[in-house]
Amino acid sequence: MISIDKVSKWYGDFQVLTDCTTQVQKGEVVVVCGPSGSGKSTLIKCINALEPFQKGDIAVDGVSLANPKTDLPKLRARVGMVFQHFELFPHLSIIDNLTIAPVKVLGRDKTEAVAKGHQLLERVGLKDHASKHPGQLSGGQQQRVAIARALAMDPIVMLFDEPTSALDPEMVNEVLDVMVQLAQEGMTMMCVTHEMGFARKVASRVIFMDQGKIIEDCAKESFFGDTTARSERAQQFLAKILQH
Amino acid sequence: MDFSPIPNELPAMWEGMQLTLKMTVLGVLGGVLFGTLLALLRLSHNRLLAGIATGYVNIFRSIPLLLVIIWFYLAVPFVLRWITGADTPVGAFASCLTAFIMFEAAFFCEIVRAGIQSIPRGQVSAAQALGMSYGQSMRLVILPQAFRKMTPLLLQQSIILFQDTSLVYSVGLMDFLNTARSRGDNIGQPHEFLIFAGLVYFLISFAASRLVKHLQKRLAV
Amino acid sequence: MDYNWDWGVFFRETTFEPGEIYLDWFIYGLGWTIAIALVGWAIALLLGSLLGVLRTVPNRWLSGIATVYVEIFRNVPLLVQLFIWYFLIPDLLPEPLQQWYKLDLSPAASAYLSVVICLGLFTAARVCELVRTGIQALPKGQSSTALALGFRLPQIYRQVLLPQAFRIIIPPLTSEFLNIFKNSSVASLIGLMELLAQTRQTAEFTANLFEAFILTTLIYFSLNMSLMLLMRYVEKKVAVPGLIAMGGK
Repeated sequence: MISIDKVSKWYGDFQVLTDCTTQVQKGEVVVVCGPSGSGKSTLIKCINALEPFQKGDIAVDGVSLANPKTDLPKLRARVGMVFQHFELFPHLSIIDNLTIAPVKVLGRDKTEAVAKGHQLLERVGLKDHASKHPGQLSGGQQQRVAIARALAMDPIVMLFDEPTSALDPEMVNEVLDVMVQLAQEGMTMMCVTHEMGFARKVASRVIFMDQGKIIEDCAKESFFGDTTARSERAQQFLAKILQH
Repeated sequence: MDFSPIPNELPAMWEGMQLTLKMTVLGVLGGVLFGTLLALLRLSHNRLLAGIATGYVNIFRSIPLLLVIIWFYLAVPFVLRWITGADTPVGAFASCLTAFIMFEAAFFCEIVRAGIQSIPRGQVSAAQALGMSYGQSMRLVILPQAFRKMTPLLLQQSIILFQDTSLVYSVGLMDFLNTARSRGDNIGQPHEFLIFAGLVYFLISFAASRLVKHLQKRLAV
Repeated sequence: MDYNWDWGVFFRETTFEPGEIYLDWFIYGLGWTIAIALVGWAIALLLGSLLGVLRTVPNRWLSGIATVYVEIFRNVPLLVQLFIWYFLIPDLLPEPLQQWYKLDLSPAASAYLSVVICLGLFTAARVCELVRTGIQALPKGQSSTALALGFRLPQIYRQVLLPQAFRIIIPPLTSEFLNIFKNSSVASLIGLMELLAQTRQTAEFTANLFEAFILTTLIYFSLNMSLMLLMRYVEKKVAVPGLIAMGGK
């Protein structure tokens, strides 16, 4: 589904990604973790070309991003993304947030889009909030809407960029529950997150990044199982994060 | 287009520019002084004084500067007669300067008021705890801090005033624009002189606003 | 040089036309003032929004053009700009247009045309800066999100950025709107009989200088107040529930 091949990226002279290579198969849930500044958010943003990269290539469903002829908006419309700060459109009601892209980008019929929007809101447990505005919802509710908004586009894969790190602790679980449900339904997902509980529950693979490099890329069982086989950096990181 | 007559006319236009600059500097000084007074009145606890100052600011902010210039120009002879009881000739310069000071004061007042309000209340308490009177705490503690903060805005308003002084054309005062225009008309090349005048205004305003931006960055640190 | 106050002056017949009172002059004048301001504002809003968008697009050339525009129109006095539009530009027009402007149009119409273009372009530079600050005040994630949803650049501006930016800038946009009414008074300097010109004329014909100027001050003042109330109503009308001060971080 996603194939990342020797991707490198620089900000000026500073290299943020170095020869990153990995794949995500259809139906897989891949969790990306690592200390802050390790390049994990940058990598996930490269997958739908929100961040340009200078070397290597990424192919999503066989479409190459490095190819200048690729129609990026068209590709992005097929890849769902959820951001750390929700980024709902504050001037639009919840249901309009869910329908604007299907109608304006995919050219879908408005009534169909609205029906589907309500269906998705029900799925994330917010069907009574359709006519509210984002400012009237809590952070956890907003993030669930953001997930529904991405799903409204019928994405082939979902990208999550630290979806719970801007939330108050008591709201983290309501968002994770939606993500778990999504994973169990067979959605292909790539999540940048520190929620190791989530990773243990649903991840097929775990990627550990540090200083712009992919250090570990292995099945969940081995990542959490035999930690002594992991690199020193990964062990330090896990030790810190698993204390919580 | 033939710009060759312009060098010969530079001395005359410099005279005009001197008037423009004099008007700007005096207008800013008078405007800031009067505007600060208005701001203090607006912030005072005396409701009547605060109300008068607020009314003054609201009226002057809602009418065109040009209206004030022309009105004062026509009215000054009457007013002076009422005050002094005799015909006292004053020129257009004095009436225009009065107009600028009174008009700009309304704008400076709002800048100064915002500046004063941006100083934390604790500063007043601290000054009063040291035994300072209201006047002392304003003069020694609040205003110096406020003026530092609002310098960029005051300067920006001054650049606007510099451009607006060209409105004295309406009462025939020979400022830079009017001199350039009349010279151009005399020589028969009004377009070239107009372009030249525009260019000079542009260069001065542009350079000045760059300086202000630079200053703003330095003050922000 | 004694002054005789006479508030009845506005209802006296003018020396020009029988049946016409001085108050009529003020009404005609106000009509011109409004006609200049509204058409000028339409130009300023359209062009200013376009320029404001250009200043924020990720293209050096386009944003450079908009920046140069703003610097020029902000740093040359309004009166100089008016003279350029009224005296200079017509002479540079191709022959048939020049003919039309100078001969076919009535003096009032040609002055009106000049002042409307002048004020429209002058105010556009200010509107541009407001639109730009409005767009830049939005969280950067908004445009990333819209990109991630597959929107193209024009759609991002139309659907996501501009609706939010305009809500933020309603208050300063209001004062620009009021400014164009005030600035329209420069039209009196090229002979257009708008409100200020009528006031000056009344003062000169009747010697009731103070009454005339006080009336005009009151007209501008009430115009200002009513437009302000109107804009406050608009602001309330488009306010987003749950957001008290948008972009007010």
